[in-house]
Parts: sequence; C-alpha cells; structure tokens
Amino acid sequence: MTRGRFGIHGGQYIPETLMNAVLELEEAYNRFKDDPDFNAELGRLLDEYAGRPSRLYFAERLTRRLGGAKIYLKREDLNHTGAHKINNVLGQALLAKKMGKTRLIAETGAGQHGVATATAAALMDMECVVFMGREDTERQALNVYRMRLLGAKVVPVDSGTATLKDAVSEAMREWTSRIDDTHYCLGSVMGPHPFPTIVRDFQAVISREMRAQFLEREGRLPDAVLACVGGGSNAIGSFYHFIGDPGVRLIGCEAAGRGVGTPETAATIATGKLGIFHGMKSYFCQDEFGQIAPVYSISAGLDYPGIGPEHAWLHDTGRAEYVAVTDDEAVAAFETLARVEGIIPAIESAHAVAHAIAIAPGMPKDSILAVTLSGRGDKDVAAIARYRGEDLHE
Amino acid sequence: MSRIKQAFAKGKVFIPFVTCGDPDLETTAAVVKAMADAGAGIVELGIPFSDPTAEGPVIQGANMRALAGGTTTDRILEMAAALRRETDVSLVFMTYANVVFSRTVEGFAERCARAGIDGLILPDVPFEEKEEFVPAFRKRGIDFISLVAPTSAGRIAQIAREAEGFLYVVSSLGVTGTRGTITTDIGAIVRQVRAASNVPCAVGFGISTPEQAARMAALSDGAIVGSAIVKLIAQHGRDAPPVVADYVRRMSAAVRGAP
Repeated sequence: MTRGRFGIHGGQYIPETLMNAVLELEEAYNRFKDDPDFNAELGRLLDEYAGRPSRLYFAERLTRRLGGAKIYLKREDLNHTGAHKINNVLGQALLAKKMGKTRLIAETGAGQHGVATATAAALMDMECVVFMGREDTERQALNVYRMRLLGAKVVPVDSGTATLKDAVSEAMREWTSRIDDTHYCLGSVMGPHPFPTIVRDFQAVISREMRAQFLEREGRLPDAVLACVGGGSNAIGSFYHFIGDPGVRLIGCEAAGRGVGTPETAATIATGKLGIFHGMKSYFCQDEFGQIAPVYSISAGLDYPGIGPEHAWLHDTGRAEYVAVTDDEAVAAFETLARVEGIIPAIESAHAVAHAIAIAPGMPKDSILAVTLSGRGDKDVAAIARYRGEDLHE
Repeated sequence: MSRIKQAFAKGKVFIPFVTCGDPDLETTAAVVKAMADAGAGIVELGIPFSDPTAEGPVIQGANMRALAGGTTTDRILEMAAALRRETDVSLVFMTYANVVFSRTVEGFAERCARAGIDGLILPDVPFEEKEEFVPAFRKRGIDFISLVAPTSAGRIAQIAREAEGFLYVVSSLGVTGTRGTITTDIGAIVRQVRAASNVPCAVGFGISTPEQAARMAALSDGAIVGSAIVKLIAQHGRDAPPVVADYVRRMSAAVRGAP
C-alpha cells in the first residue's frame, strides 16, 4: 500500500502538478509536529485566542427530560469563530507560515471553515481566498459577509451542484495554478495524504480534553461519544483518543437529508460505495458508473458525497458506528436543545444531538453520552425559520 | 509495434482530445473519424466525469453536457469498439480514477482491450498510485500514460523511466484551457526525460494555435489540444465534424512541420 493509508482507504490520488506540494507539506508537518516551539506557539493560540480548552457541560435538563443516559455536551461551539474548525485552521496556518507561504485558500460548506480560515489569515497577516458553492453562499449569506469583513475574498462556485464538493474541486484547481506562495487549508479529514492525518491531529485536541474532563468530573470515560460527520473532522477529533478504549462506543451521525431511501441524502456510509475522489480512496455516494452523486442535506456543512478515509476504516473494522439522521430529526433536535438548554447548536451538530435524544432514553441512568457540539447555530437561524415556513430578512 | 509507437515512428504527432457524448456519441464518432482523416496521429477520448478536477471551464462544461445527455462509460466503450473497426488511429482514453475503479480495474481494462483501446490517461493517478492500475492494462498491451508537470522537479527521471506509450508533458500550472502564452521551460523538462528514457514526449495544456503547436512540437515529439477543439464542438454541435477536421488539418501540418 502507498502512503497515508487507513486500511485500504486514503492515498494520494491527485494530479502530478500537486505531488511535490503535498510531499513538501508532509515533510514540513513531520518536521514541526513535535517541535516544542511550534507546539508552544500553537498551544498559546489555542488557549488565548481560540479560548481552549472548550467546556464539557452536563446537560441536566435534557438528561432529566429524556430519562436515561446522562448527556454531556463538548462545547466546541464556544470556541472563537463559533466552531471546531478553528482548531485545525490555527495549526495549518501556523504550519503554512513556517513553510514560507503567504496565502491561504480554502473550501467551505456552511461557511464555518471559511470564517475560521479568514480569521487565521487576518491574525497572521496572510492573503485568503475562500471557495464556496453558489447555493451555499445563498444559504449562508451571513458567513459570506463575515469572511469579507475579515479581509478574505469569497469566490462563489457555479460548477457541478454548486455546493461543498464543488468548492473542494475549485480549491484544488486553484491550488494547481498557484502553489509557490499558497497553502490549501483543507477543512476536513479528507483529501490526499497528508491532509487526513494533519487535520485529525489538530482536531484530536477535542478528545484529548474530553478524556481528561470526564476522568476529572465522572471518574470514568463516557459509554459513547457522538459527533456529526460530513467529511468527519469534528467526529475524528472527538473519537481519536477514545479509539483505544473498547468500552467507549464511537457513533458518527451522517446527514440523511430527506431519508436514506431517497436520492436526497448525504449519508455516505449508509448509501455510498468504495471509490476514489478528491485525492482519496474512501466511500462515496455515486452511481453505477462512478459518477459522484448530487447529495443533499439541510446542513451545508454535511452536504458532502464522501467521508474521510479514517472514518471509512473505522467503519470497516467496526470500531465506530455510523448512523443516518434526517433533516426533520436534526431540526427537531435544534429546537429542543434551544428550548431545554438554552443552547442553539449548528444544524450540523444538531444531527448528533438528535441521535443522542433517540438513544438516551433506552440507556441506564448511570450511563454517559458525550455529544460534540461542533458549532453554534446563529448561522442557521434563518434557514431553520424557512424550514418552518417563516421568511426572515437577515 | 503498438499503434502509439507507430504514430511516433512516423514523426511528430498531433493529438486532439474530444469529450465523448458532447453533444452526442454519434457526433463524437464522426469527429474522431474526421480528425483521423485530417492527420491526427493519436486521439484522446475523454470519458466524462461528474467532477473533473483537472479541467478548466470549457471541458468541465462538455463533461456536464455529455452526462446530462445520458452518456455512460458502457456506451462509450461500444462507440470505441465500433470506431476501431473503421479506423487505425491510436485511441487513448482520458478519464478519472473513479470511472475506471467503479467498473473494477480488471473489468474496465478487459473492455478497453476488446474495444481496441491503445492507452489510458488518468490525471488523478500520479506515479505513487499507478501500480493499482498499471498491471491490468499492461498485460493487455494498453499503455498507462504518465504525466509530468512544471512542478515535477526531482520526479521527472523516475516518472520517465516507468513511462509507457508517451509522456504527457503538462505545459503550465493550473487546469486545462487555452492560454495566451506558455512560460514553462518545456525544453528543459524534455531534456530531463530524454536523459532517463526514450519515451516520446507530447506537450499539452494551453495550446490552441498552429504557432503554439509548432513551438511545442519543436521542443518535443508532439502537441496535445483539448479545450480549443471542445470549444469548436460546443459552438457547432452536430455540424462540428468538418469544422474540427479543418482545424486539425492546420494543427497537424504545423506539428509535422516543426523542426
């Protein structure tokens, strides 16, 4: 097997034009990942700028209402910029800076990764261009303006289905045209090696903290960790330090859209098959001829036809389970968490909350569920209002 | 001798590209025959892919139109088999890894062999990943064509040593599409290839005029043109074959006449 494999998944399926760029990135990452100065600088940024460690919150009212497992929320929504994306971006931006790059490009779906990249670029005085599907720029207009406020240029992408996968394709195309001064700050645990490993390592701070927080608070590890999965960065970050603990179930919650039995879904594990796309071998939603399917989810951040290669491997080995959560279930969870706990989660994260709401009642009262709230839901308020038939003008 | 080798044995080679199924497969077949008659030595047949990450807007558009029109890999293989009965021109498929992988590599290679296909180009399969694909094609006499790019420093010799058929020299950074000027030192890349291997080099990306084609062919063994032809087909639709033939005649003459 070639470099960067997770079982049979992963690899480097990219144009020759980009090969030296990813090799150079791998070399730089290997040089800096254990470098004390690099880690001290990143640690300082994560603490003082991003606001880490993020809180582990016992959702007592939700727990009582469901009558089963204790539900804890890992509050990545309280990070600076409002999502887990900043963990990865600060790491990659710092690495890019060390590599002498002066320009960051990124794809974004819901806009959270784009906002995080624009933020890091502003902080580190780098140029920033964010590619975003035209449809997503309309669904997430607030985040588009936020990126522009931060000094980034937002390029709407009209190709294909004008959503996240097309934004990734366009960012890759842009990278092949300008490599010398540009780092592609990929936002999820996907793409060619070394991205799935780099992004996972930078997001693993979530489970590292969670593990210590549970041991301190409950004196034991949770029975299950739940996180939403598009490409899968907050999920892999939430799972990583629990992979060696067989007593901890790892549950990834995919976006079923209107249902896994319909064509309007983005649930890759439930409906996809093995393929090669966007630089990696993994599972993809596709037709019998290998054409990538035009997936759908109410959540722009989960609206992706593939899944990161490490998740594909965790699925193959059975170490993690993947479930599909519909738009309806996610919206209901979005509203429930707002009313019961006073927390408005990102619609992406609401997929994980929905599954916790589904399974908690059947679990013993002394069992523990950890749910990662990957982001906050301010950006989704208008879309949820529309879903409920109200037209808001932002 | 393989058809690809024969093509280069006759001199410098003009290699046009067409996206299969844009506007329909009947037109594609007619265009390929017209291009062969007009002097093309090798024809690249693009199998459309939903997300062609190495393509610029022109070929992306052709991919979308072809797929929207119901073009499938199976129907393209049938068209290629029919073409093979009518022409001796080298036929090379150009597509993306997932198109091949989804039919299984062995299954796709077998269908290619039966259709009389001479080579395969997968722009998203670099040197590091090619062994997953190469053996199935090699044992059927189909060349797996590798690419080198302006950013391939330090990699050219290893790629050239294992190159089959011809080496596709990417002229410029970025994606496919016509360009006013090509600034890469193509001569230097070709010299590095020739120091490592005697595989022929053909230059592609950004070429649209006979002058550019002649200049690139002078530095190598051939020139590849995609977007300029796909653009003509987009403009002329089913009436494209004679227009494309005329263009290919001028380009082939320019390439063959290059020193």
